[in-house]
Amino acid sequence: MSGPVDQPAAPPVERPVGRPVATAELHSGFRTLLYKEMLRFWKVSAQTVTAPVLTALLYLLIFSHVLEGRVQVYDGVGYTAFLIPGLVMMSVLQNAFANSSSSLIQSKVTGNLVFVLLPPISHLEFFGAYVIAAVVRGLTVGLGVLVVTMLFAVPPLKAPLWALLFAVLGSGLMGAVGLFAGIWAEKFDHIAAFQNFFILPATFLSGVFYSIHSLPPFWQATSRFNPFFYMIDGFRYGFFGVSDVSPWLSFVVVGGSFAAISLAIIGLLKRGYKLRH
Amino acid sequence: MKYAIQASEVKKRFGTLQALGGVDLAVEEGEFFGLLGPNGAGKTTLISIIAGLTRADAGSVRVMGYDVVADYRLARRNLGVVPQELVFDPFFTVRETLRIQSGYFGLRGNDKWIDEVMEHLDLTDKADVNTRALSGGMKRRVLVAQALVHKPPVIVLDEPTAGVDVELRQTLWQFIARLNRAGHTIVLTTHYLEEAESLCNRIAMLKGGAVVALDKTADLLKRHAGAFLRLKVRGELPADLAARAIRDAGGAYRFQLANYDEVEAVLAPVRAAGLHIEELQVQTPDLEDVFVQVMADAPRQVRA
Repeated sequence: MSGPVDQPAAPPVERPVGRPVATAELHSGFRTLLYKEMLRFWKVSAQTVTAPVLTALLYLLIFSHVLEGRVQVYDGVGYTAFLIPGLVMMSVLQNAFANSSSSLIQSKVTGNLVFVLLPPISHLEFFGAYVIAAVVRGLTVGLGVLVVTMLFAVPPLKAPLWALLFAVLGSGLMGAVGLFAGIWAEKFDHIAAFQNFFILPATFLSGVFYSIHSLPPFWQATSRFNPFFYMIDGFRYGFFGVSDVSPWLSFVVVGGSFAAISLAIIGLLKRGYKLRH
Repeated sequence: MKYAIQASEVKKRFGTLQALGGVDLAVEEGEFFGLLGPNGAGKTTLISIIAGLTRADAGSVRVMGYDVVADYRLARRNLGVVPQELVFDPFFTVRETLRIQSGYFGLRGNDKWIDEVMEHLDLTDKADVNTRALSGGMKRRVLVAQALVHKPPVIVLDEPTAGVDVELRQTLWQFIARLNRAGHTIVLTTHYLEEAESLCNRIAMLKGGAVVALDKTADLLKRHAGAFLRLKVRGELPADLAARAIRDAGGAYRFQLANYDEVEAVLAPVRAAGLHIEELQVQTPDLEDVFVQVMADAPRQVRA
């Protein structure tokens, strides 16, 4: 960082008189917005990365203590090993949602969203920056959970590209949903409600802790309407090479949901819904 | 003539409130323009529409010739806005805040100008302090600096001196006046009318979402015909004379005169009563007098 510059007696103001900025001089603010969004969570990483890793670790310790040796989901896979990808993906999804939703609602409540609304940032750039930052946060936490839980059991990684694909698509989807929640919400309570009544039940009932094949037929059928189920199941396929449904089906559901929700949110941003009223 | 800001028939309604009822306004390049009006007159709504923070229901606004909706990127690139509310991002230091704001406008490696802006606003000592830890006045300076990081040809300041101390007001106006001399167009809203009177070359007055006066500052001041006579005597004024004046806390009487000939009409009865004059001043009307008169004359609600 440079210090203050030496000031001449009457320093010139460099912008030439009355000359407007024309198209050729217009550069994108996307990179900075993305950087700012990542710096934001990284500056409070104890809360945004370490805490969720610890939470996932506690789940692992408790559930594996109670269930290891009692539950066998896939042949030759211990319960702890089975649980790890589920916990990793749950953390990825929840943190991706938390990142975009909390960043946006904080900026709205404190009023500093104006700093992002005044510059020439397009709705696509706005969407991209928030969602990519959410993906980065989700993947960072997911990686942390994976590393820590591997101290207890090491699941195989039979199809790593599938695992990565679902982690990226899933966190992108949840980052986009979080962005919507942030745009829609007017106070922190609204985000908390979204999280407690929608995100949390949907993740818990998606097969993080069990295979849906262990459920009664009614709940098996219900689970198939839960998009989180496909994200977790597809991700788990990447580890074990087996899953409750075909990874291609999961890919179509997750990818299709991501595309549909993204288009809807980009449309809302373009209209200025709740942000430029 | 190319305009820095051109608003045509701008209308905006919030629920049942007609915030702007068809505003036409053109600010020429290089002007120091004042936008005055009581609270709720529509000043901030108009600024929000210029800045793209709010969309007009009807009409159009151009900044340096660029439509704020159709050509929003160029319109915003040419505009710097100091918002009225004292907002800040508690995650960052002053320098980080300014670098990030610079980057939002696509400018990297802008540290030389950032340093210069901080220097002029006396922020250099606070460069590496988190914005959360700054006093209100310092936060206001950061907001001004943020609006200037991209050297916008058009700068809009929405009540930048509300609740700030004398020193900052002086520093700020010196800096803004210099930017204006260098060719930047300045649009200012303020409730401190003496500031507007001394800084702005042209002034628009808003009331109830409509422009009720728009003129050069000097011509606005001339528009208020007459003068004021301030008089303090030993003893009591004759009752009929006292009834024509307003008495202030110090016991002085203030007469509103249609012209200077009326000075004699006040002084003659004073002489006749043999009263001793302690203080006597003839005052020309200031912007506040004009403002009060314009607001009183303007219809309460302009077309819905």
